[in-house]
Amino acid sequence: MNERVKRLRHLSFETAPSFSAERAVLVTEFYRENAGRYSVPVLRALNFKNLCEKKTIYIGEDELVVGERGPAPKAVSTFPELTCHSVEDLEVLNTRSMQRYLVDPKDVELYRNVVIPYWQGRSMRDRAFAEIPQGWKDLYEAGLFTEFMEQRAPGHTSLDGTIYRKGMLDFKKEIAEARAALDFLNDPEATEKDEELKAMGISCDAAILFAERHAALAEEMAASEKDPLRKEELLQIARVCHHVPAHAPRTFWEALQMYWFVHLGTITELNGWDAMSPGHLDQHLAPFYEAETAAGTLDRDCAKELLSCFWIKVNNTPAPPKVGVTAAESGTYNDFTNINLGGLRPDGSDGSSEVSYIVLEVMDELRLLQPQGNVQVSTKTPDRLLKAAGRVIRNGLGYPSLFNADVVVMEQVRVGKTPEDAREGGTSGCVETGAFGKEAYLLTGYLNVPKVLELVLNNGTDPLSGKKIGMETGDPRTFASFDDLYAAFEKQLAFVVDTKIQVNNYLERMYARYAPAPFLSVVIADCIEKGKDYYNGGPRYNTTYIQCCGIGTVTDSMSVLKKHVFEEKTVPMETLLGALAKNWEGEEQLRLFAFNRTPFYGNDDDYADGIMRRVYDSLFRTIDGKPSTKGDTYHLNMLSTTCHIYFGKKLGATPNGRFAHLPESDGTSPSHGADRKGPTAVIKSLGKMDQIKSGGTLLNQRFLPSVLAGEEGLEKLAQLVRSYFRLGGHHIQFNVVDTETLRAAQKTPLEYRDLLVRVAGYSDYFVDLDIHHQEEIIARTAQEGF
Amino acid sequence: MEWDVRGIVFDLRKYSVHDGPGIRTTVFLKGCPLACLWCHNPESQSFWPELLHRPSSCIGCGACIAACPEKALAPSPDGGVILDRKRCILCGACCRACVADALEMAGKSLSVAEVMATVREDVLFYDQSGGGVTFSGGEPLSQPAFLAALLRACRGEEIATAVDTSGYAPSETLLAVAELADLFLYDLKHMDSRRHEEVAGVPNELILENARLLSDRNVPLWIRIPLIPGINDDERNLCDTGAFVTTLQSVRKVSLLPYHPSGRDKYRKLGRTYALSSLATPSSEEMERAAELLSRSGLSVTIGG
Repeated sequence: MNERVKRLRHLSFETAPSFSAERAVLVTEFYRENAGRYSVPVLRALNFKNLCEKKTIYIGEDELVVGERGPAPKAVSTFPELTCHSVEDLEVLNTRSMQRYLVDPKDVELYRNVVIPYWQGRSMRDRAFAEIPQGWKDLYEAGLFTEFMEQRAPGHTSLDGTIYRKGMLDFKKEIAEARAALDFLNDPEATEKDEELKAMGISCDAAILFAERHAALAEEMAASEKDPLRKEELLQIARVCHHVPAHAPRTFWEALQMYWFVHLGTITELNGWDAMSPGHLDQHLAPFYEAETAAGTLDRDCAKELLSCFWIKVNNTPAPPKVGVTAAESGTYNDFTNINLGGLRPDGSDGSSEVSYIVLEVMDELRLLQPQGNVQVSTKTPDRLLKAAGRVIRNGLGYPSLFNADVVVMEQVRVGKTPEDAREGGTSGCVETGAFGKEAYLLTGYLNVPKVLELVLNNGTDPLSGKKIGMETGDPRTFASFDDLYAAFEKQLAFVVDTKIQVNNYLERMYARYAPAPFLSVVIADCIEKGKDYYNGGPRYNTTYIQCCGIGTVTDSMSVLKKHVFEEKTVPMETLLGALAKNWEGEEQLRLFAFNRTPFYGNDDDYADGIMRRVYDSLFRTIDGKPSTKGDTYHLNMLSTTCHIYFGKKLGATPNGRFAHLPESDGTSPSHGADRKGPTAVIKSLGKMDQIKSGGTLLNQRFLPSVLAGEEGLEKLAQLVRSYFRLGGHHIQFNVVDTETLRAAQKTPLEYRDLLVRVAGYSDYFVDLDIHHQEEIIARTAQEGF
Repeated sequence: MEWDVRGIVFDLRKYSVHDGPGIRTTVFLKGCPLACLWCHNPESQSFWPELLHRPSSCIGCGACIAACPEKALAPSPDGGVILDRKRCILCGACCRACVADALEMAGKSLSVAEVMATVREDVLFYDQSGGGVTFSGGEPLSQPAFLAALLRACRGEEIATAVDTSGYAPSETLLAVAELADLFLYDLKHMDSRRHEEVAGVPNELILENARLLSDRNVPLWIRIPLIPGINDDERNLCDTGAFVTTLQSVRKVSLLPYHPSGRDKYRKLGRTYALSSLATPSSEEMERAAELLSRSGLSVTIGG
């Protein structure tokens, strides 16, 4: 890290996230003036342009890559047109002990007097909740599922290489051509398409204007700058901002700034889940790096410095805070920009380059919350890259995570994408697969699978509230066999999933109609050609995902029921249900019998793994292929992010010996303490899941640092990963930290402020996690290696 | 048929990464003719199954007391149970009754077929990493027929093997096994025979002789030297050890392993006392110094696995 990067990193790390009402006020004023005057897409585009014209522009000392979403680093914009914070929300955000956002009292007043009065009843969230049926609300409140679109716009977007070959002026030309080609005589949608295309054109202008404002500010600053070196840097910044995003970038610097302007544009326009990701950043930058280092206009250190400046820019942009928050619901500042390294080029060749190695060095040196990265490991990926990733992992940051590029391609080809599009795709957010730059692959929420079993065991009643919210699938005491129980589970599952999908589809239409994203649509393939918005089936591919949680918990619970209640009949159903109702109180012997005398998932045991496959198959059949409203279909995804903790809180005691309210198993990992035969057995169990039928699985492994010591430890880690990927694994990630360190960090958090740990599909600062998340990580089985 | 040959195994560990090349499964055969003071697997020494008792896991349910046909278990004042090892006939009834796994049998009789079923589960990892199976102990050469049958079974399935041995076994037994194994992990504890007998229970002449025999037949050897402070870390012993190892032709690797008191707790579970209770792990400086002394005769020495 050079001195400039050190200073920028320090500022980014030390600045506390704050709440900024600037965007909310600008949007409110704009809507008050203009709502109803234009078609919705044009209104959205003009709103975006208004923001680009009026928002505060920031260029900080030392910066080379410029632009912030808010008025200053780590000042977070809000999106009242989607979800409007209440005054109480702002108070909670300002005072809660974890994941706090500083709120200026002036902003509270602006919210109270300007923002809230306009958006109350008008925000997407208010409008949606007014229409949502009670049956859905019952399941939602009981913790059967979550709904992404009630907090933020749908997202999980990553880009392909297009923006490095075309500027906004090129896109404008394409838009004009598409408008000229509209057939108003025969195409009943021509008018709608024209409005959408008009909106896209306005958005291109807005982005150029935003960059020009930065150029002007840089020139102004240069005029009064005393230091000749900095003066030249500022003039260079101005030259870069005059060129991109209007034109395609010509240099490494321009390429990074191009991406950053597009990134800022999309997260200013809307707050789609999972900010935005450049996708295969190393592949996009490699041509610039190679050309410029050959020509002598860039050296490795300069490239690394620019990348570091870019990294810090992403870190300056924390996730927008949720609405309806409680003090306990802290979430994360991470907004999930997840950069892909290595992998495959569209033509199927190895995608790694010197830039991949530079990026890994940057990650290792900066140790920032954002952006996080992953390495896409194909059979063609050199061992050197995997080991370079292993060296960063070994330092205990929890990233990069590792993905199987070949399986990621197969998952996409299975659902009809071309091999080239699939290879240019990858994984974003935590582990979600998509065709970068060509797809809207929207996550709609998590599904609490163990809770479905709980409803079955209570004949449709939620034992926590006593309310009948599910389907009556029969008194479990009357089930004669495990198959009877399983049939009830499948019925209950279908009921819950269908309830969720009905509302998803409704919300999808709401977004398509009232919150289109014309700027994002410009940079996603086929939206211009089709004249359709990103949220309305414009992209080449349009996947809708439901993320299934708790496969470990539900498998182990079913294993207990199958073996002890139905097959060996050692535990009567009545006894087990009684123990669950009492949260195992006075039933420790029965609890340990279940916990220690049952085959569990994660031990390469076909009895348990067979149940896992059966559940997975049911999830697949229930979700995969259901039509969405965008001409495409639903697929399942197997990740939990941190939702396994929330879902656990909403779940009573489970037959696998788990106490009420404790976390469920995360992602596709085994339950806590269930895996007792080491990492190879875990990997074998996971290998039995037909992962290419999902849009992503997630395997957490925690290793003691001693296992990975030395070159040999690194080599064996690499071989473990390669073995998992030979078995068809999608993803694996590691925490390399011992329990003593984590306990010490709990005691003296100030000394461990930059201890990053893997939480779910992302890393977070351990001391920023609440106690539930901290304990959950400590409870994960620590693999020792013998 | 050899699949039915049985032996006493006290553990099967997958993802073993410190007992030979690659990712391995280590099969621990029970019983050892040595009695090293620092032994970190005390449950491996006896040739018979033994009862492990972990009071910290006990929930005081009393199921074991009811299950014991010999009345070897009784309630203890602290809510747990007291085990009278003199009465215990090692029938295992208490272990089956104990759902908390506070009572567990160390060592069980397994057939070659049963061991191979577990070994086979991780073939993919051996293939990928150049790993295989390590037979350790105890002293695996103390169950020669079982060991040979296991090695033949592995060879039949093209699984690479290593034998982790103290070298204390009849030479003909050792050489017969050497025909079937791909690698020997060979321990050298002390060069002075009298001192060796004091700390490990047996003299070392046979061990040194066997090492030479393996070397003469060009059997690949990984020499492993546990560094036990105050016992074998003096300059003279380390220099002598280094000089001896340089005379062996087939040595592929020499590792110096730091003493670790990780077995201390196991002695308690077995109702035994640990002779080296106050000994600490050597520091990295001490390890460096010892490695330097060892390598004076020109050896290349690795610290750790």
